[in-house]
This record gives sequence, C-alpha cells and structure tokens, in this order.
Amino acid sequence: MRHGKYPFIIGFLVVPVALYVTFVVWAYIQAFYLSVYEWSGLGPVENFVGLGNFRKMWDDTTFWQSIKHNIFLLVFLPIITVVLALIFAFLLNVGGGHKGGVTRGVWGSKVYRIIFFFPQLLALAIVAVIFGRVFGPDKSGMINGLFPDSWQPWLFLADERYAMGCILVVLVWQAVGFYVVLFSAGMGNIPTEVYEAAAIDGASRMTLFFRITIPLLWNTVQVAWVYLGIAAFDAFALVNIMTVDRGGPDGATSVLSLMIYRNAFEFSQAGYASALGVVLFFLTLTFAWVTLSATRRESVEA
Amino acid sequence: MTDIFPKPELDRRTLLRRAAAVGLLATPAVGMLSACVGSSDEDTPEQATGTKSADNPLGIDPKSGVEIVIFNGGLGTDYATKVDTPLFNKKWPDAKITYSQTEEISTVIQPRINAGNPPDMINNSGSKLMDFGAIVKAGQAADLTDLFAAPSLDIQGKTVADTLVPGAIEQGSYDGKPFAVNYSYTVFGLWYNAALFKKNSWTPPTTWAEFTALCDKMKAAGVVPFGYAGANASYYMVRAIMTSAAKIGTEQVLKDIDNLKEGAWTNDAIKQAAEAWAGIGKNYINKTFLGLRHTEVQLQQNQDKVGFYPCGSWLENEQAKDTPKGFEYAIAAYPSVTASDKLPATAINAAAGEIYFAAAKGKNPQGGKEYLRTMLSKEAALEFTKLTKSLTVVAGAADGQTISPGLTSANDAVTKAGKDIFMGYLFDTWYKKLDDESRAAANDLMFKDYDAAKFCERMEKASQAVAKDSSVTKFTRS
Repeated sequence: MRHGKYPFIIGFLVVPVALYVTFVVWAYIQAFYLSVYEWSGLGPVENFVGLGNFRKMWDDTTFWQSIKHNIFLLVFLPIITVVLALIFAFLLNVGGGHKGGVTRGVWGSKVYRIIFFFPQLLALAIVAVIFGRVFGPDKSGMINGLFPDSWQPWLFLADERYAMGCILVVLVWQAVGFYVVLFSAGMGNIPTEVYEAAAIDGASRMTLFFRITIPLLWNTVQVAWVYLGIAAFDAFALVNIMTVDRGGPDGATSVLSLMIYRNAFEFSQAGYASALGVVLFFLTLTFAWVTLSATRRESVEA
Repeated sequence: MTDIFPKPELDRRTLLRRAAAVGLLATPAVGMLSACVGSSDEDTPEQATGTKSADNPLGIDPKSGVEIVIFNGGLGTDYATKVDTPLFNKKWPDAKITYSQTEEISTVIQPRINAGNPPDMINNSGSKLMDFGAIVKAGQAADLTDLFAAPSLDIQGKTVADTLVPGAIEQGSYDGKPFAVNYSYTVFGLWYNAALFKKNSWTPPTTWAEFTALCDKMKAAGVVPFGYAGANASYYMVRAIMTSAAKIGTEQVLKDIDNLKEGAWTNDAIKQAAEAWAGIGKNYINKTFLGLRHTEVQLQQNQDKVGFYPCGSWLENEQAKDTPKGFEYAIAAYPSVTASDKLPATAINAAAGEIYFAAAKGKNPQGGKEYLRTMLSKEAALEFTKLTKSLTVVAGAADGQTISPGLTSANDAVTKAGKDIFMGYLFDTWYKKLDDESRAAANDLMFKDYDAAKFCERMEKASQAVAKDSSVTKFTRS
C-alpha cells in the first residue's frame, strides 16, 4: 500500500511548512542578516558594521541587566512552577489515599482541577492588566487594600527590589494550572498496581511521591522544564504591560524580549534589535540543549 | 497494513526538541519588520502632478486620489472626516480621498513605507508613532518648503507660513528644512482646579517660595500638592524640569541639550531646576504615584486629591468624561525658581505637536501637501479647535471663542506670556533613547534619591553616549 504515500504526506505538509518557512525560518535568516548591519528600520539596508552591534551590546548596561532578569526567571520560574504543579497534581490524583483498591485525590479534587486550569484560559494581556491592579501601589490596589489602614502601602512594581518578584509571581500563577493538568495526565498513566503494591509494603504518601510518582513522571517533568525555561526567556507581555515605565523603575524589570521590541520599534535600531534577537536565539537553544542533556537518564518504563 | 507512519509514536525526546524549536518563536522576529528587506531601492512610483497656477499653487493633479491615514487617539478622527475632507473636496471635487484610521501608526505605516507604497498624508502620532527623525533621514518625508510658501487657503494675501504661530515650522524642521506640519498647539504648565483654588482662596504662585508655601497649605488641607504618574507619564515631569531650567537660563539651555553639546546637562540652570524639583518630590509628592498611570493620577486630581499636575493643554479634553461638574481646569505658568531667572514668571512653554507629513515616495505627494494646506486654513483650524478643544498652530484661529474653561485659561496664558513663549526641546523626538533615560532619571529624582547632581551627571553621560553613537542620526537646531 505504498502507492500514494508521498502525495498524501506532501498534501498535509505543504501548507504548514510554507507558513513555517515564511514566518519563522525566513524571519530568522533576515534577523541574522540584519544583525551585522546598522539599520534604522526604514529605508535601504546598506551600512555593514560586522560585529559592531554585538560589541555595542557588550557595553550596554541595560543588556546585562536584562540578561540578569531573564536568568532570574530561568532559575525560579521552572522550579517553583514544577514543584507547585507536582504537589497539586499529586494531591488531586493520589493524595486522598486509596479505598477499595482505587487511589484517589483529596476531597473535591475534580472541582480544583477545573479551578487550577482557569488562569490558562485568560489571555496574557488580560492577566497582566488584572495583576497590575492586584499590585496597585496605593489603597486602590487589591493587596494594599487588604492591609490595615495604618500600614504604609507596599509599592510592589514601583519598588525595584520587588518588581521582578511580582512578575515571577504572575508567571507562576498563570503557568501552574496547565502543568497540574499535564502532570495529572502523566500520573493517570502510572498503573495503580504499582501504588497498591507500594502501599501494601507500607509506603507513606511521601514515599509514594518521591519513589514512585516522580521517577515515573520524569519525562513529563523534563518537558515542563524546557517549556517553562523558554517562557522565562520571553515574559514580554507581562513586563510591557505591568511594569513602571515599561521595564522600570530604572531598568529593574527589563528583559531581553522587551529590549528587542523597544530597539526595533521605538529607538529605530532595528539592526541592534536583530543582534539582540540572535543572542536570544542562541541562549534559548543552549538552554534547551543543556536541559535535555543534563536531565537525560534512563526512564523507568511504566 | 498501512505504513504511512512507520514509527507510529513520536517519542518524547523528539517532541521535546520540537517543542524547543516552537518555543523559539517567542523570539520576536525583527526580520518580519520589513516585508522584504533589501528590495527597498530608490525606485519611486509614478507620481501624480498637475500644472501649477494661482488657484493650484502646489500643482496637484485635480483628478488624482489622495490617501490619508489618521491616528485615532485623544483628538479623535472627526476633524478629518467631517471637516478637512469635505473642505478639500469642495475645492477638488474630483480628487477622491481614501481615508483610514489606526491606533497603531507604525504597525500600519512602516511596512508600507518599506514596501514603497506609503499613503500620501500620514498623521504620525500616538504611543506607536514612528521615529520621525529616521523617516526624514531615510528620505521618506516630502520637503514641505513649497507648502509653507504657498498662499493660505482662506486668509487673503498671506502665505501659509505667515499664518502660523512662531516656532511652528521650526518644530517640524530637520537641519533647516521643513518636513512636518505640527498641527496642534499645546500649552504646558501646572494644571489645577480653579474652583478648588477659589474655595480655599489659594492663588497660583509666581515664585518658588510662594509655590512651596502653597504646597504646605495644600498638604495641611489633605490635598497632595503635586503629582505626576511615574508608571507611564514621567516625561511630563521631564518637561517640568526642563521648563524651569529654560526659565532660569533661557531656551539656549535646551538648545544646547538638543544639540548634544558637552556639559549641556551639567549646566547650572539644569542643576538649579533639578534641585528645586527634587525638593518638591521629597516633600510634596505621594510616593505611590510612581506606580500609577496618568489616567489614575488625573482622576485623583478630578477628585480634588491632587493640587497641581504638570501637563499639556490636551488634559482637559482627555479628562472630559471623568471631570465632575464644577471642576474648572486652569493652567498656571511654572513659578520662577530663583530671583535672577532670565525669563519672567509668566514665560511659558508652548509647542506645536501632532505630526502630519506627506510621504515623499507616495503616489501623490503634492495631493498630500494640498490636504495639509486645507488643514492649515483658518476655517479648518477653528473647527478642529471646537471638536478637539485643542488649539492649532494657525495663529488666532480660535480667538474670541469661548469653548471651555481650560482652553480659555491656556489662551490667556499665551497672551500673558507675550513674547516669552519658547518652543522647548526636541531631544525626546530626535533621540528616543535619551528620552527613555530622562524618564527614568526624572523618576529617580522625584521619587527615590532626590539627588540633583546625580540626575545631571546621568543625563550628561547618556547624552554624550548618544553623541558618540554613529548609528544614531544627529540633528541640530539653532
């Protein structure tokens, strides 16, 4: 039945591949090309500067600040999200112990599962606007409104010490629900006999979690880690909408993606922005490669 | 049987790798900025022209259409659709106006410019406005010298240039050549509620001592004396500092800054102005304003919780929906900082704003210019002011009209200032990066460290960095 195989596959692939090549591959090639030019974003591209844009980046304090913030997110976003999501998923699926040979989640877990997923349904821009109000710096802000009147309002985003933390909180809040669902699905694939056998041997819930759930879920956790790492390299929407003076106060929340956007579309430095894009490209690739090789280990076949 | 997918399962590792590749999409694709980079050659499409005559000073083709794009923001678009276009068509009934509006000018226009297919007349405004300096440098804006030399549409015996307020053309000139019509005329100062002031028998200050004394009184009355929104409107504060500096040492101080002259930011006038304002920041501002947006602070002023608010004359119109009955917007000139200020206390900063330009490489640049000439007629200007509560650069077009308290107050301030009106500065539009730095520096000065010397040094450093950066197109003014 090999007859007609290729037309069939090609028929399926031609549109997505064409779109991908036009809007992703071609755009990347152009970004690489533009990164060695000094180009304002308007008119002909003619001023070749070689690595000049990268040299400029090296001396740019905002660039290093942004890298620092991206790394901050890269470290904390995956770890906090994965840990929270694992705990919640465990509670929802296994945490209730087992009765009559069926492991189950804590009471009301079906409802929680839906609630956890809600943030995922909101567009990021809306989340940013909502949390802008949650972190409002005066009494009209939700958190400050809950504090007693005698307290000085917390500035949150307007305080450079906490601004990045606020961004992290929102990113985690938004992401956790999805990974709870992802991990729940993964846990659903773990045969209940394994849990039962362990339970008969007298394993506590803790032991179940660390000795059974985590090893059998390792592949899924790995996927989550890479996804979240890539999200940490982005964070554009939140920073652009939520923060003081976009990326402020005084650069305290600047991230690479925001820098690219501002240089390309506001500072008329499209060449420099492309160079930043190239750097981000390699950073993301490196991260994905490092994560995949560092976490490579024989998966326990369920 | 069917071996279409010989390896039926996509293993997780492959999936991961693909996921990583898809994730790279998160990298904004700057390459998409232009539809096809490299094809932007110097080819100009065939452009429509007609014969010049007394009736047709710009030599437009009466049958060629004109495409215009208007920014849909605080001024709305009614002035274009209900005033300017009908007026244009009254004179040129056969020239079809193709109108569109957008809230994101650069998103819509920049790709079209790069593709060599720009609209004929563009209103470059809003938060997504294009860097106009870069447009001029790229040769994409039409030289408007002939427009300003042409006779005015409805003021007999005067050229268009003659009918405009002083400084209006300069504001849109790059290296001495005009490329933009800055249409609206904005008066800057300290805005307050005249009704509230009357009730408390407060009077707008003219000296700094009076200013701080009044601030103390306001504080005692439970009103935050002064405020601006740090989250997105810190450039209002930059303008306040710069205006004070110009009053201390004349507009030359600002010209030096625009020209990126060494030492321009460490000038005594800037230092004194920054110090005076830092004092206001330290004692009279509400610290939470750093995290608020302009509308939030403006609303607080409407609720009489904020005394003075530094802003331009668009404020009244912007707040029209939220202004309670009995709230009367009024503007005060910034008080003198020292007794030896070179400009009087009545001196104000008033500038032409809202860029309108004709695309050099469009199909009908002369038609675009003729549309601009229509906008600059007295009739169109008056209607614009009525619709938008914003003055225009057409001198005296709105005289004798009572439109709103804020507008009357602004008009009065202009009259009182007489010859002491200065245009202000251009570095914020010329060098966006420096603009960005000044916003952060102003926030630090007013909310964080109140350190005037640091403010000056930081800006001096940023200004010199721009001066040395060959990738930034430089402009000068005199």
